[in-house]
Amino acid sequence: MSESIKKFMFVNTKAPYGTVYALESLEVVLISAAFDQDVSLVFCDDGVFQISNNQNTEASGMKNFSNAYKALGDYDINKLYVEKESLEERGLTLDNIMDLTYEDEDWAEKPSIKLVTRAELADLMDEQDVVISS
Amino acid sequence: MKFTLLINEGPYQHQASDTAYQFAKAALEKGHEIYRVFFYNDGVNNATRLAIPPQDDRNITENWAALGKEHELDMVVCIAAAQRRGMLDADEAGRQGKDADNIHPAFRISGLGQLVEGGIQADRLLTFGD
Repeated sequence: MSESIKKFMFVNTKAPYGTVYALESLEVVLISAAFDQDVSLVFCDDGVFQISNNQNTEASGMKNFSNAYKALGDYDINKLYVEKESLEERGLTLDNIMDLTYEDEDWAEKPSIKLVTRAELADLMDEQDVVISS
Repeated sequence: MKFTLLINEGPYQHQASDTAYQFAKAALEKGHEIYRVFFYNDGVNNATRLAIPPQDDRNITENWAALGKEHELDMVVCIAAAQRRGMLDADEAGRQGKDADNIHPAFRISGLGQLVEGGIQADRLLTFGD
């Protein structure tokens, strides 16, 4: 579709419910997969809750869209960076995060989640062509 | 330089759209190019042609419309975000069986692919919002 491949990073900083940002950010991410770009996602601040385990929205009446993150691997979106400090500040560990995976070229299942420090994240952001945060 | 602008907040409630407008105006005056202005999240509400702000205040939609006309800006409203919030143009209203439309003709509705493509084509994509 395009001759140039750019590095797109979607930075998710907000909780999945309470505002629409997480849901509508995911919609952009899924569309971006069709453009054959180098796409990565970041979950930091309250954004780490977007991919937390066992989300249940029944009582709040909000639409639970957390299963959609599990489809990202099928769209070749497999660089999901979770900020270590954000987890720690909220009393979370990787055990509280969904087990998101993708299949590599040999059909081997690999983890999509990569734990990174705030400093490492800064370096990753520096490498990007387009950073869209919400 | 070639810019794509992403506006994620609605008019008046938030200054994001005003700041983006001021940026676009200044950039164009300096000879830069605005490849596209994309309205997303509550930002789609900037395209309503029915707002009536007080006469001593700015009219955000008309400001964008005038700037868009002067510089032939491509001002795109995300269709999914717009439909969710009751923002329709005449075609879409007809298709959805609704009895009214409210999108200013200076704007066009299209898909999120236009945002991604805007990021690919521009030298810089700037986000205005929280």
